[in-house]
Amino acid sequence: MEEKMIKQISLFAENKPGRLANIAEKFKEAGINIRAFTIAEAGDFGIIRMVVDEPDMAHKVLHDAGFTVSETNVLGVEMEDIPGQLAMIADVLSEKNINIDYAYAFVTKTEKAFLIVRVNDIRGAVKALDGANVRLLDMSDVHNI
Amino acid sequence: MIEYWNPQIERMPVDELKKVQEQKLCQLVKYVYEHSPFYRKRFDEAGVKPEDIKTLDDVTKLPFTFKQDLRDTYPTGMFCVPNNKLVRFHVSSGTTGKPTVVGYTDNDVKAWSTSLARALTSIGVGRDDVMQIGYGYGLFTGGLGMHYGAEEAGCTVLPTSSGNTERQIELMQDLGSTVIACTPSYLLFMIEAARDAGISFQDDTKLRVGVLGAEPWSEEMRKRIEESTGIKAYDIFGTSELSGPLFTECQSQNGIHIWADQFLVEVINPETGEPVANGERGELVITTLVKEALPLIRYRIGDITVLNWDECECGRTHPRIMRVLGRADDMLIVRGINVFPGQVESVLMKIPEVGEHFMIIVDRVNELDIMKVQIEMNEAAFSDKINDLMDLEKKVGAALKSVLNIAVKVELVEHGSLPRSMGKAKKVIDNRKI
Repeated sequence: MEEKMIKQISLFAENKPGRLANIAEKFKEAGINIRAFTIAEAGDFGIIRMVVDEPDMAHKVLHDAGFTVSETNVLGVEMEDIPGQLAMIADVLSEKNINIDYAYAFVTKTEKAFLIVRVNDIRGAVKALDGANVRLLDMSDVHNI
Repeated sequence: MIEYWNPQIERMPVDELKKVQEQKLCQLVKYVYEHSPFYRKRFDEAGVKPEDIKTLDDVTKLPFTFKQDLRDTYPTGMFCVPNNKLVRFHVSSGTTGKPTVVGYTDNDVKAWSTSLARALTSIGVGRDDVMQIGYGYGLFTGGLGMHYGAEEAGCTVLPTSSGNTERQIELMQDLGSTVIACTPSYLLFMIEAARDAGISFQDDTKLRVGVLGAEPWSEEMRKRIEESTGIKAYDIFGTSELSGPLFTECQSQNGIHIWADQFLVEVINPETGEPVANGERGELVITTLVKEALPLIRYRIGDITVLNWDECECGRTHPRIMRVLGRADDMLIVRGINVFPGQVESVLMKIPEVGEHFMIIVDRVNELDIMKVQIEMNEAAFSDKINDLMDLEKKVGAALKSVLNIAVKVELVEHGSLPRSMGKAKKVIDNRKI
């Protein structure tokens, strides 16, 4: 089941100039490529969430640079890039009473759309989405996006 | 291991001890009246003559001495001996005003070292120990004071002074330091630096004791340090005007023993100057009974404490001053409420998600005081859900409010963004212009 999950890197950042530049620079030096990225902000601070090609290395690089960072399992849901897909996925989850903590999406060059989603019951979500024939990304997909 | 440095003195019955004090007080008053124009003038102004001081209770007839007196008579106007009798000067940093100069005769340095040797013995530190001294050497009394005391107690001293942290950690391992003496802030800094280099204080060093002081720290901070390093952490007390580092807790870790044959302690109400009732908190006032170069009469230390004459379980009869987390001049008044940084520390250190460093920032916005506390979180407590972090801020704010009785805005900041200190840590930024 773990292979149907992807590792997301989250890090704590104060909401002030230069923070993102610093993080991006660390990734550049380490040759880490970001696949999906979002910032959630709450006033003085924000949480940066990322899907990258080398999550373990990204974690180490950021941790060693003194950042507060964590690795979380999330789902990468493959969607056709057409209307109604997000509604369908959300339906599948809500039928099983699974809550979405947060989500963000992006479109790839293969004309698929990907939804990165953290849920309160990740195993339940994998089962439900499998049952609905929805394809989930694994880490090799992330590499090859 | 020896239990007492000088059992006869350290276990002397209290009434005998008080007789010793009485005799020394009478001699001292005569001595300063004869040798210090400053004190002669002070006593004359207060209408008190040396012959008026016959018993310990008469001490309250004597006027107080303040730090300001040392500043007003800068550099050596209060000294009782000429320069050719001095063996050393120390000078304060002057961070809170004009620096103060203190001087020592040979006997003063010996009495100072003895005081610390007794204290170190009381925490089981002595001949078999390698003590690494990370207090600053030089004009600051911490480094050299500790150095002489540790040598007197029989330790092998590693005088690293403060700074150059990587080398400190390397030497600590290579030379097998068993005792570290430094500020609690600097110890935290070292622990963090060691951890970043993959070195654990617990597993990779022989450290067993920390002698920590020169700044206020809380019982909760002690627990954190002891748990994360496996050492026993002891509080040390002293101030440059008295000599420098002089006294520590004993192994009971319940108050700092003040050697009553060398120092006379009073606790007073800081506003009225009257002695407080036994067991009540007040301002510490100390009279040096044996100093030659710069004796101090009823010196207002500024620390808020409680005096405890109960016999300690260690068997020592000398009184203890109990930890109350603050100095009169560290106290912040926020919206009319007294706040000690030590109280804030004590609340924060009880919350496992909160890291060791914090900063208090006080501003005045539209005539209203706003107090903000910045904290770092422990990495293990980091959740990537915004709500969890906002809940943590609220939880810390509520805990502070319940103790301080004022609303505090809590701000999570990035790991490493709050200042680390190799000496005395600055924990308050007061932006109010009053």
